[in-house]
Amino acid sequence: MIHPIPPGTRDVLPDEMRELRKLEESLLGVFESFGYGEVRTPTIEYADVVGRGDEASVGDAYRFFDDRGELLALRTDMTIPIARLVATRFGEVPPPWRLSYVANAYRAVTPQRARLREFGQAGIELIGVDGADCIAEVVEILAGSLDAAGLGDAVIGLGDAGLWAALVRDLGGSDGIVESSSRRLAEHDMVGLGVELRQCGEFDVGQVETLLEIIQMRGGPDLISSARGRGGALFDEVLDRMESTCAAISAGSVGGRIQIDLGMLRELGYYTGSILEVYDPSVGEAIGGGGRYDGLMKRFGVEQPAAGFSLYLEPIHKAQLEQDRTRGGGNNA
Amino acid sequence: MLDSLTGPGGPLKLAVPRGALMDEVLALLDRVGIDTSGVRSDSRSLVFDGGEVTLVTMRPYDVPTYVEAGAADLGITGKDVLLEQDDRRIYELLDLDVGLCRMVLATRKGDTGPSEHQRRLGMMRIATKYPRIAERYFEGQGRQVEVVEVKGSIELAPLVGLADGIVDLVATGRTLVENNLEEREQIVTCTARLVANGVAYRLRSQEVDSLTSRLREAAG
Repeated sequence: MIHPIPPGTRDVLPDEMRELRKLEESLLGVFESFGYGEVRTPTIEYADVVGRGDEASVGDAYRFFDDRGELLALRTDMTIPIARLVATRFGEVPPPWRLSYVANAYRAVTPQRARLREFGQAGIELIGVDGADCIAEVVEILAGSLDAAGLGDAVIGLGDAGLWAALVRDLGGSDGIVESSSRRLAEHDMVGLGVELRQCGEFDVGQVETLLEIIQMRGGPDLISSARGRGGALFDEVLDRMESTCAAISAGSVGGRIQIDLGMLRELGYYTGSILEVYDPSVGEAIGGGGRYDGLMKRFGVEQPAAGFSLYLEPIHKAQLEQDRTRGGGNNA
Repeated sequence: MLDSLTGPGGPLKLAVPRGALMDEVLALLDRVGIDTSGVRSDSRSLVFDGGEVTLVTMRPYDVPTYVEAGAADLGITGKDVLLEQDDRRIYELLDLDVGLCRMVLATRKGDTGPSEHQRRLGMMRIATKYPRIAERYFEGQGRQVEVVEVKGSIELAPLVGLADGIVDLVATGRTLVENNLEEREQIVTCTARLVANGVAYRLRSQEVDSLTSRLREAAG
């Protein structure tokens, strides 16, 4: 008898389970060694908790009514439940709070695109440490986690969620153009962005070129100084922030695998300040992401700086497999 | 060669569209020094050594699929394809300014004003290969239509009464005229675009930027 399972979900059999478990345990070991305690939260939350975290996420969430008519949602990530948990349970405990997790999350996806509706995430949240030290600690643990997973070639992209708005405002752009151009950027549509900037009448030809050039700058930390002075005060403030973050990270000796990316945008709406994305050459999509999310904590009534990252377990496992394969291939040749 | 095709490293993989766009795209690639002689001389193979890049040929509609998954680092396809698959997470880097076409609404010659179907059943029925573009267009104007997706010769649909009109991509408009159809509204113009995988855009930024800027000069 064949009993199908919903598309975008899967069974895990012993061979894979052993490898996945090993990966999870090595990541948890790294988190623990930095003093991060593991937490578990319910798979189901009230839908308005998920929506409070991120209006966009709730659209992708699987929502349903329970037996009492309450609207519930499967969690779409672990950051929102942990923000809720900290706000609710940690009122008496003095910050900073260091928490970690390995858990599945759920999102609706476009069918037939080989995307999972149930996926594994492992990550940390650091709440109550401010300034460059906060993101530097997060990046240090992230680098340690990638090493523990055996992904020596993985690169950590570092951007800033406020960069584009600051640059556009510095060059005289209105709130309207900040919003509409940000949408183009979120769609990764550089052509449409160029057309919009040229046609809106708020910038001269040189400014449009500056905007398009800066948003496509990515490379080593020296890139920050080359961008300086091309916007204005707001933009330079963002660059200052990135520079001090870089300095704090380099002091932690993981600077070599950082790529500065002035065009990075995270899809989740709750990030403010530094944002992170993780890439491995053998996987065509990001294998992790994170950043500062002070705004999210505020929505749950906690006035604390916060940052974290999440590693996506299935693509990481794929990257490990790819690495074993190419290493094996190298030996045979 | 096969090993470098599935793993990271090696030359950038560039997805090239077969079909109407192909000739103009190959001419453009020639101008930036990519060797396209293999593609031109052999219509059966799918993968070609283009020197600094590996050329992978496919139908335009499949380009976003390969690029999003990272099976191709870069790709060239029509804006019509990108608009139809607008939820793909790929980078649209450059308008190559070739392959200019128009997405249009066309109906039978002489059919002016609302059709019988629309007047009495309240809905216009539109056949198209681009259901999302069509739905977005009519929705944006507050017009209620029923969109029917078909794969082959769209011109057939209004002729035999499957639909009142069609939304389709036209270059010269000759096919419309030959089938007794008339262009009513232009929805959008489309040209070929250079797209990139998000990870390749980051991890191979120098190669991607170099090819992009050379293509920009060649296209300009």
